[in-house]
Formats: sequence, C-alpha cells, structure tokens
Amino acid sequence: MPNMQNEKTPMPLQEGLVRITNFEEVALGYTEEQMINEADRCLHCVNHPCTAGCPVSVMIPDFIKALKQGRIDEAYGIITKTNSFPTICGRVCPQENQCEKNCVRAIRGEAVAIGRLERYVADHHTPVLQEKPQPNGVKVAVVGSGPAGLACAADLAKEGFAVTIYEALHEAGGVLRYGIPEFRLPKRIVDEQLDQLKHLGVVIETNVIVGKTLTMQELEDEGFQAVFIGSGAGLPKFMGIPGETAAGVFSANEVLTRVNLMKAYREDHLTPYYQSNHTIVVGGGNVAMDAARCARRLGKKVTVVYRRSLAEMPARKEEVEHAMDEDITFMTLHNPVEIYKDEKGFVKGVKLEKMELGEPDERGRRSPVPTGEMIDLVCDCVIMALGTSSNPLLVRSEPRLQTNARGCLVVNEEQETTMKNVYAGGDAVSGAATVILALGAGKKAAASIIKALTPNKA
Amino acid sequence: MVEILEARVLNPQITLLKLKAERIAKKVQPGQFVILHQDEKAERIPLTIADSDPQEGTITVIVQAAGESTKRLCTLKTGDSIRDVVGPLGQATDFEGAQNICVIGGGVGCAIAYPSAKACHRRGAHVDLIAGFKNESLVILKEEMAAIADEFTLISDDGSTGKQGFVTDALKEKLEQGKKYDLVIAIGPIIMMKMVCKVTEAAGIKTLVSLNPIMIDGTGMCGGCRVTVGGKVKFACVDGPDFDGHQVDFDELMQRNRTYMEDHRCHLEEAK
Repeated sequence: MPNMQNEKTPMPLQEGLVRITNFEEVALGYTEEQMINEADRCLHCVNHPCTAGCPVSVMIPDFIKALKQGRIDEAYGIITKTNSFPTICGRVCPQENQCEKNCVRAIRGEAVAIGRLERYVADHHTPVLQEKPQPNGVKVAVVGSGPAGLACAADLAKEGFAVTIYEALHEAGGVLRYGIPEFRLPKRIVDEQLDQLKHLGVVIETNVIVGKTLTMQELEDEGFQAVFIGSGAGLPKFMGIPGETAAGVFSANEVLTRVNLMKAYREDHLTPYYQSNHTIVVGGGNVAMDAARCARRLGKKVTVVYRRSLAEMPARKEEVEHAMDEDITFMTLHNPVEIYKDEKGFVKGVKLEKMELGEPDERGRRSPVPTGEMIDLVCDCVIMALGTSSNPLLVRSEPRLQTNARGCLVVNEEQETTMKNVYAGGDAVSGAATVILALGAGKKAAASIIKALTPNKA
Repeated sequence: MVEILEARVLNPQITLLKLKAERIAKKVQPGQFVILHQDEKAERIPLTIADSDPQEGTITVIVQAAGESTKRLCTLKTGDSIRDVVGPLGQATDFEGAQNICVIGGGVGCAIAYPSAKACHRRGAHVDLIAGFKNESLVILKEEMAAIADEFTLISDDGSTGKQGFVTDALKEKLEQGKKYDLVIAIGPIIMMKMVCKVTEAAGIKTLVSLNPIMIDGTGMCGGCRVTVGGKVKFACVDGPDFDGHQVDFDELMQRNRTYMEDHRCHLEEAK
C-alpha cells in the first residue's frame, strides 16, 4: 500500500538563525527512514507523467522503486542513463515547475518529493568510476563549462569523442561555481562531477576566452571537427536610474562571484566583500534570493525590493521561504527610481515608487503599474538582481555567428548555429533560464553532434 | 600555472614580471590587459600588458605594490609561477590616423604609456613622451622611453630628477612652444588623467585615457568596472579600458575606486 500522506515528508534543515552564521548547506538531506516514507508516496503510475515534465526524461517511478527496495546503485544507474548530474539537479532544479508539477499526487495534496529522492540516490550510491570508452578519434571543443557545456561534454565523452572544454574563468562549473552559493550547492559536489568528467578523458582548459585568447577559426585549425557553445548569459542588467554608479551598488553577479568563486566570505581569502548595515536587493528571481541570502550571511539587515507581489515572484517558493526564515524582509510592490549618494559617493538610501498590479501580460503575469507615490528608505548597499543578457564577447569576434534581437545565438532544431558544425545551447541560446534546461540543451546538442560525426551510429 | 621567466625589481615599489603565455603573446595589441590570480586565495588583479614577444611566447606586466595582493605579486622571483593568467582583455588602443602624438605617463602608468608610445612610433607617428614621477627613486623605464620618443621629458614633483613640476606643466610648456598634437594619450593616476584632460580640452586636442576601475572577471560578467562616459554607463573591461578623456566622469571613478578602502569603514561607523 502506498503512503497516502498528503504532504511531502519534510526535509531536515539547518535552523534559520543558525545558518545565517555559516555557509554550510541549508537542506540536510533525508535520512533512510524519511526517504522510505517519501518513496512510498509514489503511486508508480503506468504513464508516469512526471517523466514528461523532466527536461532530460529521467525514468522517475523506476528509480523510486529501486530506491525503496534498497537497490540504490541500480536507482543511480537508472537516473544517470539520462542525467549525468543528479547530485546537482536534485538540489537546484525547480521541480515544482517540472517533474513534480505533473505528479498525480499533486492533484490532491503535495507532489512526491522527486528532487529530494534523486538527491538521496546521488548522495548515497557507491561511487564507481565509469569505464573509459573506446576513443573514436574525433575532437570536439566545448566553449564554457557551465551546465550546458558539462552535459554536452559528458555525453560526447561517453561515446569516445576527445573533448576539450575551454573556460574563461579560473575554475570550471559556470553558474554552478560562481552563481549558486555553497549553502545551496556545496562546491565539493561540483568538483566531484568535474573529476568524473576528467576520468572520462575530458580535458578542461581554464583561463581561455574563446573570442579573445582563441578564435573560432583557431579551434577549427586545431582540428576540432565540431564546437559546442555553452557560454551562457552572463551580462548583468542595470536599471539606468540616477545614482546607480554610486559606490555600494553592485550587480548580483558581482556579489555572487566575490562570494562563491573568490570566497570573499572566508578570512583567509583576499577578495574583499563590501560591509553594510542595510542591503537592498532589487528583483524577485532565484538570483535575487541567492544574493540576499549571501548578503544576510555577510552583513546585517537585508530587504528584498520587488515591483510585483509575492504571488508573481519568479523565485522558487522554497527559496523565498528560506530567505524569510533567515530574517530577510520583503518589500513587494515597490520599485527603485533613484539611489541617493553621500558626499563621498557612497549609497545612503533609495527612493522607491509604490506600484499596483495591472492587467495580466501575455504570459499571464500581472504587470506592475507605477502609482506616482514615493517613499525613501535608508540603506548603504544596493544589489541589482534584474536578470542577465547574452555576453557579446564571442559573437563580436565571429561574424559568422548570427544572433537574434536579444543577442542570443540562433540555432536550428539540431541546435546547430549559423556556422557549420558549430552547435549551441543553454542560456546562450535561450537567454537566462535554469540549470536543468541548459543540461537538456547540452544533451540534445551532443546527440546532434554524435549523429553528424559518427554516421554509422545513426 | 604560468611560469615567471624574469622578475625584475624596477624600484622599491614596482616589479616587472615576464611571463610565459604563448596564446596571449600571439594575440595582444597595445592597450589590452590580462588578469592575474596569484594562487588559490588571491584576488584577481587586472594589469595592462606592457610588452610582448610572440616569437618567444612571452608577455610582460609591471606591478606596483599598492595593496596586499600587489605587494604579494611584487615578492615573486624568477622561476616562481602564477596560478592563473587570462587575456588579452579589453579593446586595443585606437590611435589610427594620428600623426603628432603626445604620450603622458604618470608613475606606474609609464609601464602602459611606454608600449603605447612604442606602438605609435612604430606606425611612423611623431611621438613626444612626458613621464612624471614623485621623485627619483620611483623612476622606471627611463632608458626605454627615451629610446623610442622623438622628444622625451622627464619631470618629478620634487625636482629630484628631470624638471621639477607635474606632467601638466610639461604639456602646457610644449603647447606654449607651439607644438601641435592631434592626439594625447594619458595614463596614470586618475587625478593626473583628469588634469591632463582639462588642459587638452581647453586646447581642443583629442585625448585618450586608460581607466583603472575595480575589476573581478574582466569579461563583462559583473559590471564592477562600470564607468560613466559621455553620460552613458560603460564596462571598462569590454568597452575599454581606453576612453575619450573629455567624456569620462573622473570624480565618479575616484569615488568608486574607494569602495573597499579603509575610509569607507569609518564612513559606516559614522552612519551608525
């Protein structure tokens, strides 16, 4: 008999006011007992709608069945057949909009906690290094080591391709490294995934900016028969309001890079972090939550300012709740119109305009309408988390790569760009999206490359 | 890891590092920079490429010990290595078409002014070079600069070497003597570049400055290096580091560069 409990089995968490004193992981993972209790909630539907909601089509009921019967390694094998990164996905996917959205249990009550179970499998399986595949002698270059590039490289390496990943920063992982904080995704997990890739023969070259250090033409000249571009959407947006260049105004990207990549939170690392008494974070996405929660751990008071209401907030509900538990204030239906500077050029406050909700836009989200009513708020730091757009660095150096009006790379159904044998995927194509969509796009491009370069397999 | 083929102390504060970096050496153009990350715990530090040799696959940077990170870089010896070096970054200096150029370097800025002057000279332009230092003990690259300049002026704040005065004094003197320039390139402390721009704006001479805001990634990812030029916000790492000096908001740049200074913490104490 399945467990008909309507709610998900709760995940043990570090307590809110304790965790703001550290950067340790907040969600602690299920115990065996909790895992069994939750796994028993799965009805094992014959048509498994959950799988359809997963961008990489993990056979969810199958892995849950193996898991609850104690065959963890088999469950791991089922997941990794289509998803090479379950330790990451189990932690950072917005499951409520994907697999769990389609779960039959969600019709009456909460969905099965698929993400938490996936994480359990990934954290508890016996580590085994995959056997190295037979090399096929074909070289493929991957530009960018974020989720899209890693997924593409993993699938190609398993087929025997000689893959080299080029990364602009000094550490691989893309947003997994510089964006998502340690307390949501411990960096040892990213390191483990990279080690597995290296074991498969993937070469990772850091400090190489394709478009600057190496050109697309040079990659071709060096004998790479295909290139995958997974360079992401890393260019931060600003509001263009007066005072935005004051000292103490940062993009969320800068704050997260200082904290996560440069480890500014650690005494023994030299990169500084800006000390503040009251930080305002502008925006309502997951990046805004990450920035706010980092700021909370490194400062004092933090307020999230968002122009719509809580209901329209694009961040995961769980992240918003975690932020609230960490004593972060939410000021919805407000939008900054000016940043005040003191005589030394530092932020001393913001002018906010009150907003109202108007008619729903084409995506069904109610749009914010300015009311003309203003209030002033005292603060000494402002973090802009307004989203990112495509970085023009690579396309500026390669006229053969076409982009759309938003600066995103144009690709066909095979993920191939306007350059022959050059494929792309992830945020570089879609604009800022999620880790799992990038993984899915990387896999899809790998499949196209395999089809194009190993005709016998097709 | 990048090997240091030569570490040479130029003066008590300034060290020259010649690095093995083949790919960068092959690509670099005058005005571009690299980011150095000395070891795991270090900061990422932007430094303009002072010289390069594509044949031997080397680049040269010149570091002034200012804070903890640059002090540590200045202690490196020949044979040591640096964990990460990435580049070339930024846009190349655009001095196309200029025939009579005055290049002005202030302090460690001479490390960047020198390769710019050399590149102008190589393109057949007439190049006057003005190099300013606080005092004699801080002088760098004197022979090198003298060798490539059509007219070389050394000037120091206290008169301990060359003429006594500021680079702006030397520039004004040249203009008063009737020198005609179609381009001035000024590289050095922000206040110096601002003062040079005041002189050249009055004289109607196009002026390029190389800006030095705080940077982290150097690839346009964070906007930490944003500067206001002609009323528009630009990212110095991708749009610069060279800009039209008459359009730059120098006061804002000086304020932004104090973001992590000690006096900021005092400022917070006051605010409490």
